[in-house]
Amino acid sequence: MINRKLHFSAWQFLLAFVFVLLNSLSVQGQEAATIDGEPAVPVEASSSGDAALGEALFKANCASCHKLYKKAVGPALFQVSQKYEREWLYKWIKNSAKLIASGDAQAVAIYNEYGQQNMNSFEQLSNLDIDNILAYTDTEKPVPTAAIAGSENVAVSGTVDMSMTNNIILGALAIVLLLLVVLLIVVNKTLKRFAEANGIQTEFDEEEGEQRTPIWKAFVQNQFLVLVSAIFLLLASAYFAYGALMSVGVDQGYAPVQPIHYSHRIHAGASQIDCNYCHSSARESKHSGIPSLNVCMNCHKSIGEVAESTYQEGMDEYGIDYNKEIQKLYAATGWDSDEQKFVGEEKPVRWVRIHNLPDLAYFNHAQHVTAGNIACQTCHGPVEEMEIMYQYSPLTMGWCINCHRETNVDLQGNGYYEKIHKELSEARGGRQLTIADLGGLECGKCHY
Amino acid sequence: MATTKKYWKSTAQLDESNEMVKNLEQNEFASPIPSDEFLGNDQAMEGSNTSRRDFLKYVGFSTAAASLAACEGPVIYSVPYVNQPEQIIPGMANYYATTIANGYDFASVLVKTREGRPIKIESNRDAAFRGHANARVHASVLSLYDNNRLKTPMVNGAESTWEELDNQVSAKLNQLNGKELVVLARTYSSPSMTSIISQLKDKYSNVRVVTYDTVSEDASLDAFEAKYGVRALADYDFTKAATIVSIGADFVGDWQGGGFDKGYAHSRVPNNGKMSHHIQYEANMTLSGANADKRYPVTPTEQKHILAALYSKIVGGSSSVALSDKISKSVEQTAISLKRAGSKGVLLCGIPDRDAQQLTIAINNALSSSIVDTNAPIMTRQGDRKAVESLIKDMNAGNVGAIFIAGVDPVYSYSESDAFAKALSKVALKVSFASSMNATAAKCDYVATVPHFLESWGDTEIKKGHVFLTQPTIKPIFDTRQVEETLLKWSGSNTSYKDVLKEIVISAGSNWNKSLQDGFYKSSGVVFSDDSSNVEQSKVISNASALSSLANAKKESGFELTLYTKTGLGDGSMANNPWLQELPDPITRTTWDNYVTISQADAETLGVVNENVANGALDGSYVTVSLSGVERKLPALIQPGQAVGTIGIALGYGQTAAIQEEMQTGVNAYPFYKDGISVQTVTVKDAGDTHEFACTQLQNTMMGRDIIRETDLATYISGHKDEFNPMPEVSLNHIETPVTSPDVDLWASFDRSTGHHFNMSIDLNACTGCGACVVACHAENNVPVVGKSEVRKSRDMHWLRIDRYYSSTDSFEDDEAKKDGFDGLGLFSDNGSLAGFGELEIPADNPQVAFQPVMCQHCNHAPCETVCPVAASSHGRQGQNHMAYNRCVGTRYCANNCPYKVRRFNWFLYNGNDEFDYHMNNDLGRMVINPDVTVRSRGVMEKCSLCIQMTQMTILEAKKDGRMIKDGEFATACSNACSNGAITFGDINDKESEIFKVKKQDRMYHLLEEVGTEPNVMYQVKVRNI
Repeated sequence: MINRKLHFSAWQFLLAFVFVLLNSLSVQGQEAATIDGEPAVPVEASSSGDAALGEALFKANCASCHKLYKKAVGPALFQVSQKYEREWLYKWIKNSAKLIASGDAQAVAIYNEYGQQNMNSFEQLSNLDIDNILAYTDTEKPVPTAAIAGSENVAVSGTVDMSMTNNIILGALAIVLLLLVVLLIVVNKTLKRFAEANGIQTEFDEEEGEQRTPIWKAFVQNQFLVLVSAIFLLLASAYFAYGALMSVGVDQGYAPVQPIHYSHRIHAGASQIDCNYCHSSARESKHSGIPSLNVCMNCHKSIGEVAESTYQEGMDEYGIDYNKEIQKLYAATGWDSDEQKFVGEEKPVRWVRIHNLPDLAYFNHAQHVTAGNIACQTCHGPVEEMEIMYQYSPLTMGWCINCHRETNVDLQGNGYYEKIHKELSEARGGRQLTIADLGGLECGKCHY
Repeated sequence: MATTKKYWKSTAQLDESNEMVKNLEQNEFASPIPSDEFLGNDQAMEGSNTSRRDFLKYVGFSTAAASLAACEGPVIYSVPYVNQPEQIIPGMANYYATTIANGYDFASVLVKTREGRPIKIESNRDAAFRGHANARVHASVLSLYDNNRLKTPMVNGAESTWEELDNQVSAKLNQLNGKELVVLARTYSSPSMTSIISQLKDKYSNVRVVTYDTVSEDASLDAFEAKYGVRALADYDFTKAATIVSIGADFVGDWQGGGFDKGYAHSRVPNNGKMSHHIQYEANMTLSGANADKRYPVTPTEQKHILAALYSKIVGGSSSVALSDKISKSVEQTAISLKRAGSKGVLLCGIPDRDAQQLTIAINNALSSSIVDTNAPIMTRQGDRKAVESLIKDMNAGNVGAIFIAGVDPVYSYSESDAFAKALSKVALKVSFASSMNATAAKCDYVATVPHFLESWGDTEIKKGHVFLTQPTIKPIFDTRQVEETLLKWSGSNTSYKDVLKEIVISAGSNWNKSLQDGFYKSSGVVFSDDSSNVEQSKVISNASALSSLANAKKESGFELTLYTKTGLGDGSMANNPWLQELPDPITRTTWDNYVTISQADAETLGVVNENVANGALDGSYVTVSLSGVERKLPALIQPGQAVGTIGIALGYGQTAAIQEEMQTGVNAYPFYKDGISVQTVTVKDAGDTHEFACTQLQNTMMGRDIIRETDLATYISGHKDEFNPMPEVSLNHIETPVTSPDVDLWASFDRSTGHHFNMSIDLNACTGCGACVVACHAENNVPVVGKSEVRKSRDMHWLRIDRYYSSTDSFEDDEAKKDGFDGLGLFSDNGSLAGFGELEIPADNPQVAFQPVMCQHCNHAPCETVCPVAASSHGRQGQNHMAYNRCVGTRYCANNCPYKVRRFNWFLYNGNDEFDYHMNNDLGRMVINPDVTVRSRGVMEKCSLCIQMTQMTILEAKKDGRMIKDGEFATACSNACSNGAITFGDINDKESEIFKVKKQDRMYHLLEEVGTEPNVMYQVKVRNI
């Protein structure tokens, strides 16, 4: 009875402990969320516009060339309303070319300073709109709120917390295990004591013990059992050895560290950039092509820094400073973000190739992407979720062949397939065709 | 077979008193291995602190470490462009039109580039003239990646900079003090070069241009100039020819720059029962002779007599020449045939004699031949040997202050090269414009290193009024600058050569971009007219005196030597090209060599022997050939069809300067090329010794077998298919059944009616044996070069070979008649088959010759597929016989079971292997490799794939565009390379296709049809117009 009670209390204790632990964790999580998610409160400037409306307009019209606190294609716009007269600003924004042509000294000066690039005209914006935008541009740079609590601490403690909670859980589990062991011993002893008290003999006589053969000896003497287990062992080891050998050269999950940390999660996932935008040759050629850096610079000319929240996410989740990675891109292309010019020496990037087919196999991206209408994700996996790109598929011949056997071909709307499709499906009794039906299992289709 | 013949490896072996040889015969090593010294020293052994156990531990550890290290895959890097050029898509080929003009070969071509790197040359089919590439032009892309090219400009033999070179040369040019500046150049025929030279003349008043053709056409040029007032050569279009008579002109080969074979082949295919009739009189067995309907082996002197006789018969004028009965009868027939053909007849003459050339022009004019085009002549040979001779005199006299040598290598190729070198040394300023440190460049103070033509701009007026443009297809690999650019700079111009070129094109009224894209433009400048007003009367000789000098030509004592150029090496400017070195000569099938070709009769007189050794390779005696003080020792090869009393030697071999050791083959024959005349009288002596040839085919005959099917035009027109192209039959239930009948087929047939089914047809009438397809196949399929000693062991890797067969009697038909006449019962009787077949093995003195390109026949019932134990060889639905290299374990059963012997085994690793130091052994040479085709490793069988990478690409392009494939889109490397139209390739399931029509022709047959392999490659019976 005592023992039972003891058992019960231990179980209860464990449950309570785990409950408390989880509670404390979730509280911590909630706290972190509120700190991160707290919106930056814009400091109202002296103008009359609505900064919130202005922000929307700014992002739609101005953001591709202007930044608030940093020079981009055009000048930084923070407190631009205080630098110039408002009426002049209306004119400039609505049609800067006209203003320059009229010989306005101020306008011509800016025009010359920024390499004589014309700013688009925004005749569609009303004065009120411009007021709103200017209200937004007067917004002070938000000091990261986390910095108040010591931004470094938050960043570090985030990761420390994670490992701490893991350790706590593991420790708790270890204690529970230990308690269970102790409990068992106690139970065993108590039961023995009960038995002794009731006069039941628990220990065997020594003579009887001598007659009993140890279990290993019995096993050795039973030849059938030995044979069966030997066969089992051999088969098992052959199975594992085969598995191990077949995985030689298969680099599924290969995720090497790249010279520039490039996040497919952000580009393909969050920003929803089409795969073919960067890997454009996949439509045309056998190679999907690692994008040349000029493709990166199409956008990154004006994206020199990531959004604050993205930055934090990078630091917190992956320990990566995204802005530094963008600087690496600038270094490679020789882009001077202050001057907005390509000045430096070009340094090609040595990416580590992830998907490596042996030379003996011929693979053509265009065949699959353009002719076959296969989504990139079919072979490359959820790229839009990958922070670090890895090899999703085994890229073994068996894997290729399986897909060629099982996948029904999408032949609709392709003039090339019309005749062959008709003839083949007649021959196959009208059923859907697979690549195998089109000769996709022949050696020479991939090996030459 | 027992033999008492003694073989030796070195001459030392013959010296019985040589101790070393005796020693080596008994022991493998000359001195014993000092193992006792090492193991017997107990002290040293005990002193070592490595025990046996330790040793085993080390071995075990290193083995384990090595295998562990092997488990880790290598890290592969990928480096994309920083700024990707707009027109480049990685993995896709771009094509550019350009022109090769190197002084010997002139052709408009398309260059295939991958990621900005030229990898293959194709014919430019849009060009009306010279738009097809021969074997050398196809191979020229490999010369771009030649490791022996100079990488910088050179000053006094040391690497230098352009600034340094410009400064020094300009300084010296300013000190000419009125002495002459000579530009010794190949034929440029370039409007831009002419303008640049005139700029040079403006700056340095005393400038002379001397044009020097390595292989001279002076006789023809002189005769043409005397008649038409322009130093050029007549053009010939054989497309509509009815009778072609050639006296010593190898016009199917490289005579006068070649390029006539396309029209010739066209005229050779029977069309509505008509084809051209070709009569050839020649000394050496040439491609033209091999393709002729009638060939007469005659000496060069006899050729002159024949020409004189023909002139008398066609034009008139009396001449009494002594010709043998047979020949004079043939001349009579030839004259009749020419007269009957009238304007569709043509006479070609290769006799290096002005009189002969003049009479040829007269005969063609008398025929009013429409085949000859003198209105728009060929401009690619303008050399003047006499000008070179007077240049040497001037140099010796010290009149020449500076010499620029561009595009030629006279120290190697001039007949009196020592005299030239000596005269050259007397010039104060010697500048060579060469791409390698060739013999002439080595003797010059400065080498203004020039790029390869694939890295250059340029224009060439190949035919009057037709200018072909050269544009760079790759940025110069080395620090080079082309001649034109350098000369512009030195004449004080600041314009770039490209701008000069552009201006010329635009001023000719052509669009620059369009002309570049096409590769040519028509110059609207002065069109040449047949106007005798600009003929210098001093150069004119009367036909009568020419006739009498020809008729009175006397044979001197000795052998008449005819120098020729080989299909592979040409004039020798591309001697450092392993593809060309390994390209078998179409006639002798010999690689990596030049030699004396000699007739069987003369060989017997001289005691010259050719014999096949145990492994089938050919050995031949050496002979000494001497001509007024020049003496050279060359191997002799007995050539069936060589005229008695004549020999032939190929030019272009024996170079040593700037040539890799492996490529330093043969003997330089230019010292025999006195005055640029290809016919010389020499003495020949047996020189003992044995030379090892590397032939890819024995010098045997077809022995009356049914490999090449031949018929004559009359039988073809009147006869049924059964007569000239019978289907082999087998006996089924005592009824003769055709072998193609399903009743006698052991195999189940697959349904191939859906999708594509590729077939190839080879028209034996159109194939001239030029070898362009062989080199194109090399380039497209990364076929390795194996070298002379491997070729000798029959280990050549050519996926496509062009078999050459001789007949044992005068014609193949006689062979068959002879074979049928054998007495089946008596093996040893007079008419017995044993002796008979022995006789059939020996080619006749003047055999008929036939060429047959053979590649994998892609049998539908392939014998190779069934014997592969690992299923590495399998059949595709599209008709191709696939070869999965990575499956192949190298049993070679397939090669054993192949009736066509087209499979090639990789005995070694040919890339990255010091034993095979050819282009695949260095990074530069490997740039030519086609990235779409696997580079095979050792122990693997390989063979023709019907260029599956090309057909698959065509299919993919159609899929991408969502359209059907038009006929003519499918091609292979060889069908693209064959400008003669001998190779047709296409989809047999497309009922509208050319290949479908060709398959239905009466002439169609399959090689060894009776074996029942059902090949997808077919041949068209060769028809001779006898």
